[in-house]
Amino acid sequence: MMPIHFTYHPCRSGLRGIFFKFKVMAHGFGRRYFKAFVSGFFVAVPVTVTFLDRVACVARVEGASMQPSLNPEGRLGSDIVLLNRWRIRNYEVHRGDIVSLVSPKNPEQKIIKRVIALEGDIIKTMGYRNKFVRIPGGHVWVEGDHHGHSFDSNSFGPVSLGLLHAHATYILWPPNRWQKLKSFIPPDRNPVEKEDEYLQQ
Amino acid sequence: MIQGVLGKTLGFLGYTVQYGCIAHCAFEYLGEIVVCSGPSMEPTIKNYDVVISENLSRHFYSIQKGDIIIAKSPNDPRTNICKRVIGLEGDKVCVSDPSHLLKKHSYVPKGHVWLEGDNLKNSTDSRSYGPVPYALIKGRIFLKVWPLNAFGFLQASPNGRILRKD
Repeated sequence: MMPIHFTYHPCRSGLRGIFFKFKVMAHGFGRRYFKAFVSGFFVAVPVTVTFLDRVACVARVEGASMQPSLNPEGRLGSDIVLLNRWRIRNYEVHRGDIVSLVSPKNPEQKIIKRVIALEGDIIKTMGYRNKFVRIPGGHVWVEGDHHGHSFDSNSFGPVSLGLLHAHATYILWPPNRWQKLKSFIPPDRNPVEKEDEYLQQ
Repeated sequence: MIQGVLGKTLGFLGYTVQYGCIAHCAFEYLGEIVVCSGPSMEPTIKNYDVVISENLSRHFYSIQKGDIIIAKSPNDPRTNICKRVIGLEGDKVCVSDPSHLLKKHSYVPKGHVWLEGDNLKNSTDSRSYGPVPYALIKGRIFLKVWPLNAFGFLQASPNGRILRKD
């Protein structure tokens, strides 16, 4: 291969020479910029996607199903919550936690509900086809806080833990509602303790 | 000296995070290599066959009847199952065993799929735990790579459990 020298050639003096130099510079600058862009792209996109998938993300809550914990003003304002995905990496949830999960009836939609009962618990249902339900292994019973206005386990039954998406921990927006979401079980929604009550049905 | 070591450690950590994230994205959204174990998909997939799954059709909702898929087990989200899709939402499926004289049929509810193994005699599937939510599907198996003499695309359902619409 012949070596190419970009030394100052006599015939490239004057205006033409300046243009030539400028072109070389522009080319080098463009390539460097392009390279930096590509490498930054390959860092930023996977890191962001992984962070949103594994650590945490934010979401706006729509609908009245979790009133009064979320969206207390109804249509006037909707809360933005922080969804902690790292906490449920081993599918560990507790009774009373507010979680988001993929709707079992529509895989494109996510719903936010409160966990009422875990696997093995016996729960008294509110309008499900059986009066008492024993939660099968790997399933949970979820309900909205706003009974009667919520599409929850009382209509679709226990949900598989595999549909779990995240654990809602904080309300981020609006600023005057900034707070940690408390984990509690609504009154008289504790699991049934006596087995005979379940066997009576 | 210390600065150099610190810089190198930080650089190494950065690369680890970066490649870990790239790996996560690839396995989550593109596809992965899976070693299947268990007899439920014989004769299509035998014990310890190596297959490649792609996760794009799951994200684009283009899973079809007859596809072999990997899904999270509905009873234990930490384990995966490998089954064939027998019916999509709204499809009519045969709920009873093929040996039963009385055939029971049912419709798959909205947002769910009906999964069965190809080895009907030795498979825990939708016949025992019912329809499975679509969101539990992780990917579609499309290529078998090991053993080498069985390399290639997977064959269609061998036992005619998929009901065609008349």
